[in-house]
Amino acid sequence: MTTTTKYDADELGYFGDTWGGRFMPEALVAALDELTVAWQEAMADPEFVDSFEAICREYAGTPSLLYHAERLSAQVGARVLLKREDLNHTGAHKIRNVLGQALLTKRMGKTRVIAETGAGQHGVASATAAAYFDLDCTVYMGAVDTRRQALNVARMQLLGAKVVPVESGSATLKDAINEALRDWVASVDHTAYLFGTAAGPHPFPSMVRDFTRGIGDEARAQCLEQYGALPDAIAACVGGGSNAIGLFTAFLDDESVEIHGFEPGGDGVETGRHAATIHAGDAGVLHGARTYVLQDEDGQTIESHSISAGLDYPGVGPQHAHLAATGRATYTPVTDAEAMEALALLSRTEGIIPAIESAHALHGGLEVARRLGQEKGPDATVVINLSGRGDKDMGTAIEWFGLGDAEEGPEADLPIEGGEQ
Amino acid sequence: MSGRTGVSTAFEKARAEGRAALVGYLPAGYPTVDGSIEALKVMVEAGCDVIEIGLPYSDPVMDGPTIQAAAQQALEGGIRTKDVLRVVEAVAATGAPTLVMTYWNPIEHYGGASRRIDGHSGVERFARDLASAGGAGLITPDLTPDSAGEWIAAADEHDLDKVFLVAPSSTPERIALTTAASRGFVYATAVMGVTGARTTTSDLAGPLVERTRATTELPIGVGLGVSNGDQAAEIAAYADGVIVGSAFVRTLLDHEGDLDAGLAALRALTEDLAGGVRRA
Ligand SMILES: Cc1ncc(COP(=O)(O)O)c(C=O)c1O
Repeated sequence: MTTTTKYDADELGYFGDTWGGRFMPEALVAALDELTVAWQEAMADPEFVDSFEAICREYAGTPSLLYHAERLSAQVGARVLLKREDLNHTGAHKIRNVLGQALLTKRMGKTRVIAETGAGQHGVASATAAAYFDLDCTVYMGAVDTRRQALNVARMQLLGAKVVPVESGSATLKDAINEALRDWVASVDHTAYLFGTAAGPHPFPSMVRDFTRGIGDEARAQCLEQYGALPDAIAACVGGGSNAIGLFTAFLDDESVEIHGFEPGGDGVETGRHAATIHAGDAGVLHGARTYVLQDEDGQTIESHSISAGLDYPGVGPQHAHLAATGRATYTPVTDAEAMEALALLSRTEGIIPAIESAHALHGGLEVARRLGQEKGPDATVVINLSGRGDKDMGTAIEWFGLGDAEEGPEADLPIEGGEQ
Repeated sequence: MSGRTGVSTAFEKARAEGRAALVGYLPAGYPTVDGSIEALKVMVEAGCDVIEIGLPYSDPVMDGPTIQAAAQQALEGGIRTKDVLRVVEAVAATGAPTLVMTYWNPIEHYGGASRRIDGHSGVERFARDLASAGGAGLITPDLTPDSAGEWIAAADEHDLDKVFLVAPSSTPERIALTTAASRGFVYATAVMGVTGARTTTSDLAGPLVERTRATTELPIGVGLGVSNGDQAAEIAAYADGVIVGSAFVRTLLDHEGDLDAGLAALRALTEDLAGGVRRA
């Protein structure tokens, strides 16, 4: 778990000298230093690593399946393998990260955790881990999102967390992060900030990667065991970048493996209403790291847009900026419409309703699979990270597809192209 | 650049008078660009020795609700970085040393510098334009010296003050690192928390000033939470400067829509605080 790659950060948290780092108030530096030491010691302590792996296995249900989607494979002419993070406890990859951070919080002797959340997925995971480890938990959530995601607010409350709606700024995920940081400045002696993605100041991008890299470690071993070879390509969606870096890490030094990240293209990058940070942003500093940021000419953050709340973030984890700049990984936007079509396709073809976030990876990954199938034949293999399940997205699906009215009959006519390929 | 005053002059003058300096903050652009110029001039007239002009930013993680509200209104009013420099120019022309307090990204990105991969950032250009507007330097709440290589080089090149912050949580090593990199004064944050007026002063400030003083000859200003003359007097007893922000902003917010009344209240508050720093 502590193996390193050519693409790791230096000891100050810079990836390739430029990306990442720590642009934070002095008041938090001592806490970030303390966390860095605690995380590094924990990762070097076999007992910590064993208990983390045991909790993931026995409580969260890992390793997740690497599932051969045969019908999809037949449609695209290549072998499509889905990494089933949607089957984890709480329904997404996020549980790995929070169990790791909460276990570390216990080890550090802190009694309270705070978290930010967009759609509520990381908030629910944090509230779950807090319940499991008996920690006090406060979750900051943009007021716009608490209204959009009332069900997840209720789940967090049932799990014992306090949910604080954030009205400032644009009242969405980035403002929830700001508010969590404000809490942390005042509470840092007894509180840990469970950051929800592989972004933010050092050590968060590298620490979150360590806790999510099981996705790729497992997928690599499963692929070798089941097919005797590495995949030709891997694909994940990129919001802040935790599920993507979690899948990518094990493969970074496998030069034969293509690495693809899919960013939320919203209404289309050309419309300006998107969250395709790497594809269309500029280098800048947001939430403590230098990375690609959607920003105007004066360096003010521009609000992002995506149908998927979990991808709706105007920054991105700095290691992804580095992987993009070095060319090791390729980042491509996928629009709302393309993602929703992929969501319907997977539902109808394989009987799996993915999270809308994951549907971005699915659309992009299937395009890669088609190309590779043509280049290399049907044994070409693509691993797509199914980072979460779609239950939380049913409200959006109902609106998008016009579902939910039984009078319309059982066979709502969904716009799926897949079949005729 | 001639006639530009660094903040050390103001601290020396106050020290010669046997008192602490009063440092006043307002964000540029609230209630309007011209309104903020008027307000800052009133603060200079009524007794602020040093002015800090806030550059409104979309993601102000160190600010409490009061400053957030004013800065957000300034942004909604369309304030641009070049307008902030216009405010600096107008205020610096009064002779009061004038600093800009800003989060880092607007400086790095100044002039639309894109650095898509590794082009040039806007830091050097901002330093040049700040100096030619008569600005004394920068206060950087989310930039610590260990991440500030580019800014330190540009500030040294243009003879600008570099005001970094120390906090109650800073280790002795970090305090030494911070004061060694600072010029002008050192900003001691009196509480662990965001900006905002508080009813009692913090008992963390005194020990922090003492620890900081052990590492530097630079003047030390204490901020975060001061809202009246009595609190100012308390802090002036051990610090070289008393920094006030949210209380000024609150005063303007409380008179929203009536700038004249706001300016009158601002003048009264400044006089109270200026009395406080002379009372210690
Ligand atoms: C299922 C799912 N996938 C992906 C993401 C995006 O986050 P990240 O890019 O950190 O993996 C989220 C965030 O909420 C999510 O819930």
